[in-house]
Amino acid sequence: MPMETPRGETGLAWQRFMKDRAAVVALWILGIFYAVAILADVAAPYTLKDESREHPYCPPTAVHFFAPDGRFAGAHVRGVQMTYDHFRRRIYNETADIYPLRFFGRGETYRFLGAFPADRHIITVDAPGRIYLLGADSRGRDVFSRIIHGARVSLTIGLFGVLISFSIGLLVGGIAGYFGGRTDHVLMRLCEMVMMVPGFYLLLALRAAVPDSLDSLQVYAAIIIILSFIGWAGLARVIRGMCLSLKERDYVLAARTMGLSDLQIIVRHILPHTLSYSLAAVTLAVPGYILGESALSLIGLGIQDPYASWGNMLAEAMSIVRIQFAPWILWPAFFIGITVLCFNAAGDALRDAWDPLLKGRGEGA
Amino acid sequence: MLLQLEGLTKRFPGGVTALDGVSVDLVAGEHLGLVGESGCGKTTLARIVMGLVIPDQGRVLFEGRELVSAKERRGLFCRKARMVFQDPFSSLDPRFTVRAILREALALEPRMRLGEELGRMREVLGLVRLPPDILARYPHEFSGGERQRIAIARALMSQPSLLVLDEVLSSLDVLVQQDILTVLEEIPRRTGVTYLFIAHNLRTVRRLSRRVAVMRRGVIVEYGGCEDLFSSAVHPYTQALFKAAINYEVSA
Ligand SMILES: Nc1ncnc2c1ncn2[C@@H]1O[C@H](COP(=O)(O)OP(=O)(O)OP(=O)(O)O)[C@@H](O)[C@H]1O
Ligand SMILES: [Mg+2]
Repeated sequence: MPMETPRGETGLAWQRFMKDRAAVVALWILGIFYAVAILADVAAPYTLKDESREHPYCPPTAVHFFAPDGRFAGAHVRGVQMTYDHFRRRIYNETADIYPLRFFGRGETYRFLGAFPADRHIITVDAPGRIYLLGADSRGRDVFSRIIHGARVSLTIGLFGVLISFSIGLLVGGIAGYFGGRTDHVLMRLCEMVMMVPGFYLLLALRAAVPDSLDSLQVYAAIIIILSFIGWAGLARVIRGMCLSLKERDYVLAARTMGLSDLQIIVRHILPHTLSYSLAAVTLAVPGYILGESALSLIGLGIQDPYASWGNMLAEAMSIVRIQFAPWILWPAFFIGITVLCFNAAGDALRDAWDPLLKGRGEGA
Repeated sequence: MLLQLEGLTKRFPGGVTALDGVSVDLVAGEHLGLVGESGCGKTTLARIVMGLVIPDQGRVLFEGRELVSAKERRGLFCRKARMVFQDPFSSLDPRFTVRAILREALALEPRMRLGEELGRMREVLGLVRLPPDILARYPHEFSGGERQRIAIARALMSQPSLLVLDEVLSSLDVLVQQDILTVLEEIPRRTGVTYLFIAHNLRTVRRLSRRVAVMRRGVIVEYGGCEDLFSSAVHPYTQALFKAAINYEVSA
């Protein structure tokens, strides 16, 4: 079989993956989301602590190019003035004040990547002007900024959660399948016990077991651990099944005769062959964690104000009246949706990319 | 005495008696051919020797010492005895390059310097007549015959004194079989390794080994020098095997 470059199965599967348009787009979107989340301090016009009590539920700010008198003034926003109508509803009217958009201009100070102080933001306007690209929430905080800051929590909780639970799942499944016998029996009963409890109730029960007096970082870690605890069992069972057949392969036997330890064999020759499945499963599982965090934060058990997560931002949107007058507070739901869809698309494509190999293996190729 | 098998018996769940009291000795430098029809227990025997299957009864002695625990095996046996499997398509991990595959065979060796390791790899590839520039390639890029050579090369990496070859030719076509036989003929001369050569016909066995054990339904029915057996086979099954081998040679 002549080939220009030597490629392993991974390379071939990757080629097939890249042919799937939807998956590539999904991957790009996720890539951008994660990049923005990492650079949240720069990407967001405002910091987490910023609020403006004069602008509750301020609608999305329009970006203008021409001043009220018709002369070209560059990209800018106008000042806003809040009044009440005779139903005591808030009305925002634009004033004639012009606040030019500043790109990489100075704004509030923050510590860049938690390390050195900085004050540049991709987009800002000078005070007292406010820019609310996606509107403001009840305390006049910029929804756009908070979505970006919240992405840090919401997007990483899924990744870390999946990382932990799938490491556990892989190892438990690998050990159970490879050693078989009593080890297998005990581990599988354990899995079944975890799987028997409906996920969301287990989530609540575990959350109840965690003290309330935690700071936000601790809550964040607690949520990850709780979510991981729920997720590993399903994967462990499937991996175990695959290992049962994989351990009979001749290359595994060969490795045994060459004196490799059981752990080495599991890690080098068995688990990588479940990668096709587990990679897809991991990708498809991330949305579960994102939704889990959102659900916890939504009912107030997760990330607490003033810290943002997509879930706790939606807590404000639990009243139909608010949604009616300030529909923009639903934006976090949109981003949760997009992220979930992208992970699903990428996961499906990963699975499909590996499948032909799974079928072809054994007959060569 | 390189390898002694004493009264090996193995029953599989389901009532199959794969081996029934098999005893064979292997002297260093005297290759032993093990012949028998399909399903007579040859692979099971090879696996017991390699410690992949635990026998119900009997002992395996390597250089006079019995190997019981996995730890004992790892000490010397795993380095000094290696096996080549029947199916070259499943004996190489598809995710590993040739280099990683060969490297893994050194798992129990003292750490080598990079140059030394590469030297060893070139050496064993030379023994099986493969070019040394294939190290970066993956198993799926090779034919069955080439893969089998890689598997043999891997088995030679730790400079073993015993090589168990389990029907290494049977999944290859006739021309490739000849090539590999030629390679296999040469290797002992250059490395001093001793074969336990398993096959299901006498023809290939005769080219490699002077001693033959004939196995049938888990029992060794005939054992002796190849030429002796040729003239004085007692068991009808052995006679049939010889007839088949001669017919083949006449017609070929
Ligand atoms: N793991 C196992 N479980 C149950 N039965 C087995 C197992 N391995 C082998 N057997 C049975 O033991 C017998 C001997 O099998 P073995 O693989 O040793 O034969 P063989 O001589 O190598 O045959 P072949 O020439 O086809 O490779 C067969 O009847 C086989 O079905
Ligand atoms: Mg066999």
